[in-house]
Formats: sequence, structure tokens, C-alpha cells
Amino acid sequence: MPILTPEEQEALWLSLRVAFWSVAVSLPFAVAVGYALARASFPGKTLFDAAVHLPLVLPPVVVGFFLLLLFGRRGPIGAILEQWFGIVVAFRWTGAALAAGIMGFPLMVRAIRLSFETIDRKLEAAASTLGAGRAGVFLTVTLPLALPGVITGVLLSFARSLGEFGATITFVSNIPGETRTLPLAIYTYTQTPAGDAAAMRLSLLAVLLSLAALYISEVLVRKAARRVAGEDALARH
Amino acid sequence: MLSLDIERGLGDFRLAASFEAGEGVTALFGRSGAGKTSVVNAIAGILRPDRGRVAINGETVFDSTLGIDVPTPKRRVGYVFQEGRLFPHLSVRQNLNYAGMFSRGMPASEFDHVVELLGLRELLDRRPGNLSGGEKQRVAIGRALLSSPRLLLLDEPLASLDAHRKGEVLQYIELIRDEVKVPIVYVSHAVEEVVRIADTVVLMAAGTVLAVGPAEEVMGRPDLRPGEGKFEGGAVIDAKVVDQDIEHDLATLAFDGGTLTATNVDALIGEPVRVRIRARDVSIALERPQRISIQNVLQGMVVDVTAGSSGIVDVVIVVGATTLRSRVTRRAVEQLGLKRGLGVYALVKAVSLSRAGAA
Repeated sequence: MPILTPEEQEALWLSLRVAFWSVAVSLPFAVAVGYALARASFPGKTLFDAAVHLPLVLPPVVVGFFLLLLFGRRGPIGAILEQWFGIVVAFRWTGAALAAGIMGFPLMVRAIRLSFETIDRKLEAAASTLGAGRAGVFLTVTLPLALPGVITGVLLSFARSLGEFGATITFVSNIPGETRTLPLAIYTYTQTPAGDAAAMRLSLLAVLLSLAALYISEVLVRKAARRVAGEDALARH
Repeated sequence: MLSLDIERGLGDFRLAASFEAGEGVTALFGRSGAGKTSVVNAIAGILRPDRGRVAINGETVFDSTLGIDVPTPKRRVGYVFQEGRLFPHLSVRQNLNYAGMFSRGMPASEFDHVVELLGLRELLDRRPGNLSGGEKQRVAIGRALLSSPRLLLLDEPLASLDAHRKGEVLQYIELIRDEVKVPIVYVSHAVEEVVRIADTVVLMAAGTVLAVGPAEEVMGRPDLRPGEGKFEGGAVIDAKVVDQDIEHDLATLAFDGGTLTATNVDALIGEPVRVRIRARDVSIALERPQRISIQNVLQGMVVDVTAGSSGIVDVVIVVGATTLRSRVTRRAVEQLGLKRGLGVYALVKAVSLSRAGAA
């Protein structure tokens, strides 16, 4: 593998950092939303469901534009964040993570929700007869049994974050070292004379990263699925 | 121990059950859909009655007028479900220790005791997915026992097992009944199981309780036929093995009124067994028959003759202190002149006798 220039390395590490934080922060919310969609019934549920899935169907540019309006330094949420917490996301790598997290959110929620829906609720009733309260049942039975879906969701959203382009460039622009993630760097090289070689190197890197993410996800999911099926660790097939 | 009086309407189905259960095994007996599972779910707090009261060991866990409804985790009721419901992501050991995570656990000595009693030592590090049906139910029983229960609910615990496993698990349940002093509510639609294991029987049909009483009494009543075909009226006799004829594979059982010869009794000499004699397996003779294959000829007296439907008559015969029932045709009654006070011989084929519960 050709050695990467410092600029390219920067783009790679930035991408990984953005993807990691986007997933880490959105995971608890995705579990909560997935659980609510799978189990709860409340007025406006259909609308809520649609809103969660919106980033999946909207042009990413539109999401980025809305983020700019809301989280920009003069936007309603952005102003509050800056005034009260001193947090600025506009044109920062944190903003890139926010954009990536929102774009990957529907994928994560879908996978987790499906997993919750397939759980045999009779097991939860059994747990409650053994002394487990609602939180206890959730933590010891529901969540562990939903693990394959959680892993799938995490990996899908991670891969989606690595590839995020439209919302990111619209929201936080294309600043080297701050918001120029892998896809943005590739785009920049394609727009630069004689940048084809670098674009190709980074593109191959993107392919490798995606393959690795999918492979790890497959291995983990298989392992988790065996576990929730109640098979022995050394089970033969 | 348990006192219950509940009502609940579920669409077309109305449940209105009321009974008390004491020490030992109380069987909720009746055909599918009689409301047995609803009753145990109400005891466990999984199903909420519309009205009524449930008390366990004197503590009210549900009372609609007082607004009491103790949540399931706080009821301290061990529940063994029909399908076991072991947690698939946990090992057998973790399943057994599950209640311990919620301060419902028991000391390590009790853990060892239950593991020995149910023969679970070999299974501890296995996962539920690869256990046999019988093993799963044993683990489920152990898990419920190790949750400090004040009452053990067993909902058709043998229903999903084959005949061989049924007998095996039933033996373990008998062991629990005798070794662990916890009252058991046992739900079943199988006559043989109920006859073998129950001290008290609560007979249910269509959401109501038809009869409550000692097992020998309720299960012997000929008019109670909830299983239609499966359940057939007869007598239940408590007996004791006094001899085993290994050569002929026959056992001699002593009961209050004489002895019986039976096949298929898998028990040691001195062991108590409960046998069921179906009314249709008992014939009546006025004289002691000679040169006949029937092994059991019991001298007794007719105490009741009740005409049933379609030419069938139930004749009640006392033999010593034991009551037998015989189902014969109306013509036979006329030919023999059967009436109250008549001395007769009750004939029972040895092969028709089986130890209750031996499927």
C-alpha cells in the first residue's frame, strides 16, 4: 500500500474520529427510539417514525442545510449551545460528527428496532416472576437479546458515517484538518489538477475500510446470534 | 397458604374462580381453555383480574376493593412455564442464579441442594439451546425454586415432553414436593398426572371452579368428565407394593380392602403407589368365577346404582374401606338384579391397572 501523505493521513484519522463519535453519541438515543418504536404506543407514533427515517430519504444537502439553520452560531440551537455550554459545532469536526450521526441514525434505529421486535416477550414475563423490575428486565434480558441488532446498527451507522458527504460539506464546509473527512478529501483531489493518484489511494482506502467494517459486523453478529439462540460456545453445526 | 377469589372478563370468556390451597400439591385440573393458566397468571400478577382478592401466606397481593396490586417481581411466586422459558443468552448456572441479581436469591447451600435434587450438576456450564426438553424443565424448576418462592406455580410443565420425559420430570416434581416445603399449584389437563401428584384437586371448566377437594374424592367422581374421553370416571386407590413377582412381571399391591395384582408397577416393595381403576374396566359377578383369566376378584357390596345416559349404569361397590366404581350396561343390571346391599364380586384385569402417571 502506497504511503499516505500527511494530508491524507489527517483525512483518514479525522474520518475515523468523526465516525466513532457520531456512533457513540447516537447509540443510546437509537436504543431508546428503537425500543419506543418497537414497544410503546403513543399518539403521533407514525409521524415520529417518519421523522426518524427522514434523513434516509431526504437529499443529504437538505439535511446539511437544516443543520446549518438550526446549529449555526445564529441558529436557535447553535446559539443556545454556544451561550450556555460554550459548544460550537458549526464548521468544526464535532459538527461533522453531528451530521454523520444524524444521517446514520435511521439505519441504526431500524436494526435495533427489528431486534427488539423479535424478542419473545414471554422471557420478560419469566424474568419478572424471578424478581426483576422493569429496568432489570431491560438490562438483563431485553437488551442482551437485542444485541445482534445493536451490533448491526452500530456497524451500519459507522459505515454510513465514514461515507457521509452531502450533509457534512453543506453544514461544516470542507476545512482541511477540521472537517475534511475521507470523502471530502477524495472530492477535493478530483477537483485538483494531478490529484487523481491521491484520489485513487484514498478511494481504495475507503473500500478497505468499508470491507473491514462489514466483515467485523458479520463476525460479531454471527457470534451474538449464536449466543441469543442459547447455543454453547463450542457448538458444532 | 393461597386464597383466591377472582373475576375477569376476557371478551366472550368469563373467569370466575374461587378456592383455597394449602400445603402440598394443589392441582388445577380441566380441559384446555378452562381458565387454568389465567388463574396462575393472576396469582403471579401477570394477569390482572377485574375484581377479587388473592392472598399468599396471609399477605394480600391483590385486592380490587382496597386497590392492592403487588407487582410480579415482589410477589415471590416461583413460576415454571409450559415451555420452560430459560434465558437463551445465559448459561444454566446463570439461569439458576438469575433471581440472585434481584435480591431474591438463596444461599449457596440451597443452590447446591437444588442442583443435587434435580441432577443439574452436569448441566451447569451448558447453554439452554442444546438441552433436551426434560433437562430444560428441570432447570426451569430449579430456577423457580431458587427465587425464594412462597408458592410454586407449575403450568403444564410436562405438556411439551414426550411420554418418557414426562415420567422422568414427574419424578423430579414428586421429589420437590417431598423434599422442599413449598406449596405447589400444578396446572394440568392430564388425569394421570393429577392423580399421581395432587393432594387437592380444583376442577375447572369454562372459567369456573366445578369442584374442590382431596384428589381421591374429586378424581373418583364419575360425573366429572372435563376431558371428554381423556377423562373417564373411576376410582383412585392409595396402595402399597407388598410383593414383586419378577418372573411374571407382576406386583402385588395392598390397599384398604385387600390386595390387587397389577402389571407395570415400577416401584420397590414398601413404596406407596396410587392406582386408578377406570369404571369401565371393572366387571361384576354374583359368584366367584372359576377358570377365568382375570387376576383380581374382589368381594364387596353394591352401595349405589346410578343410571346414566344411553343404557349405561354406574355401580358403586365398596370393598373393605375402599370404593370402586363399575360401569356396566342397563341390561347387565337387570340380568344380575343389581341393587343396593347386594353382595358381589368386582373383577379387574391386572393389565388394566396402571400406576397413575405412568403414561
